[in-house]
Amino acid sequence: MTQRKIIDSLSSKWMIVSLSFFLLLPMAIASGLIIKSSGLLKGHSILNLIFSSEWSPMDGQFGFWPFILSSLWVTITAILISMPLCLLAAIYLSQFAPKWVLKFMHPVIDILAGIPSVVYGVWAVLVIIPLVRDTIAPFFNADSVGYSILSGALVLAVMSIPYILNLLLEVFRQIPVELGEASLSLGATKWETIKKVFVRKGATGILSAFGLGFSKALGETLAVMMVIGNVAQIPHSVFDAGYPLPALVANNYGEMMSIPTYDSALMFGSLLLFVIILLINIFFRYIIYKSEAL
Amino acid sequence: MTLRRKWEEKFFHVLSGIISLIIIFVLVHLIWSIIDKGASYLSWDIISKPPKGTFYFGGEGGGFLNAIAGSFYLAIGATVLSFFVSLPVALFLNIYLIKYPRLLIGIRFFLDVLWGVPSIVYGAFGFLILMYLGYRNSLGAGIVTVAALISPIMIRAMDEVLKTIPIGLQEAAYAMGSTKTETAYKVFFRQALPGIATAILLAFGRGIGDAASVLFTAGYTDNVPSKLSDPAATLPLTIYYQLQSPSEDMQNLAYTAAIILTFIVLCTSVTARLLYRGKK
Repeated sequence: MTQRKIIDSLSSKWMIVSLSFFLLLPMAIASGLIIKSSGLLKGHSILNLIFSSEWSPMDGQFGFWPFILSSLWVTITAILISMPLCLLAAIYLSQFAPKWVLKFMHPVIDILAGIPSVVYGVWAVLVIIPLVRDTIAPFFNADSVGYSILSGALVLAVMSIPYILNLLLEVFRQIPVELGEASLSLGATKWETIKKVFVRKGATGILSAFGLGFSKALGETLAVMMVIGNVAQIPHSVFDAGYPLPALVANNYGEMMSIPTYDSALMFGSLLLFVIILLINIFFRYIIYKSEAL
Repeated sequence: MTLRRKWEEKFFHVLSGIISLIIIFVLVHLIWSIIDKGASYLSWDIISKPPKGTFYFGGEGGGFLNAIAGSFYLAIGATVLSFFVSLPVALFLNIYLIKYPRLLIGIRFFLDVLWGVPSIVYGAFGFLILMYLGYRNSLGAGIVTVAALISPIMIRAMDEVLKTIPIGLQEAAYAMGSTKTETAYKVFFRQALPGIATAILLAFGRGIGDAASVLFTAGYTDNVPSKLSDPAATLPLTIYYQLQSPSEDMQNLAYTAAIILTFIVLCTSVTARLLYRGKK
């Protein structure tokens, strides 16, 4: 009897220890990154670091603006491409298509969501780079070697489709059928019902799906880094090469120990990424939670 | 007016159908183009031998057993480690905290947010801890980092299954005189077993495909790691490095490695799906 009690109390303690570990993990990540980047913050003000575009680690110049701007360009372009596609596909699958199509697509979407980033990257190098170089850029009278923000955005758009589509299908699934029936019985067509009832009712959910897709795309590292060119400059068009934050951190790990405060700078880059993504996530998860609670 | 409404209906019906088809086409094309490019180089030697000589520039032959073995060691190690913390957390949420719904919502919210933290941040943090402790890149460090990365997924997936177990089962177990631990591991764990297996496979699939977190922590080597303190190569990083090589032979190896990685991940997720459906 006492043995069972001892086991019970030990196991409960282990459960609490495990849970506390995860509760403390983000705090640990944040404070670790802050401590490590404090070396950089001593010599530079945060605003200067973020908005300066001078990047020459050898001279101690660390301006993150080109990287932040590249990240924003590539992610926003990607979401703009995938947004209408995902929304219309979700509408088709949940409203127009026969039930078996949705049943078939659900596992397919899940499986595609699990394909590793690097595999998308390989595909992008094989397919998207030539496409951008030989077809899309000449069409817009632009000159591009293919390694550009547009290529990064296209691969990000494709990668984010399974993720966003899954969230959108969940949004449409949760809207009560009666709402649609009421609208149909008043003589609205199916499309009018979708446009004026479902999309409006699910507006917050749809918005959050895109928000979460945005934050996921912002943190993507490998696939983007393989096609975006990695040139530290302020981009002027989608055909320019870019250098997003995650790629900066991942690419320079090798040499960062040899230049003073370079490691600090990269940790500051990770910190920026962590804070931005965490805030976006909290915001949109909260919106979802609020709309579900209603 | 009526005509316009009818056409609008038709137009969007067809348009959304076409877009769904395009999405399926792109994703099929993705898998097909990688198979098409790399399948002809697939051979037993590539899978069963580590690279020879100056691997990066190619020409010396050999395969990438180092990466296949490294990836499996790393992903299995991380999954096992993660399991030992994730299962207790998931059970804790559904047995101990079931009385505090508000707290439960908060913790689930928190875990969902944690899920969104990108793997490069885990990688950077893992590297930071390594530096602080004075260790080198190693299989062990990679395992811990990947375990931290996949745990939120594993916990939430287990939690989703445990959530569906009716409270009556818990009450019945207490009525028979079980302690909470016994209820958790003997009743709930068994009841949710297929779902838990699915959660483990999902986490494994995510772990084996992730590159950004192991870039800093597991390092890279041409040898098959034999102990936890050895550096370990992984398939995603091998693909990445090989593709950057100037030699065409090396690039072709990258496509082959991509096929193998895709195959492993697809097998994992299809098995996870089948297990989950079997339960229903």
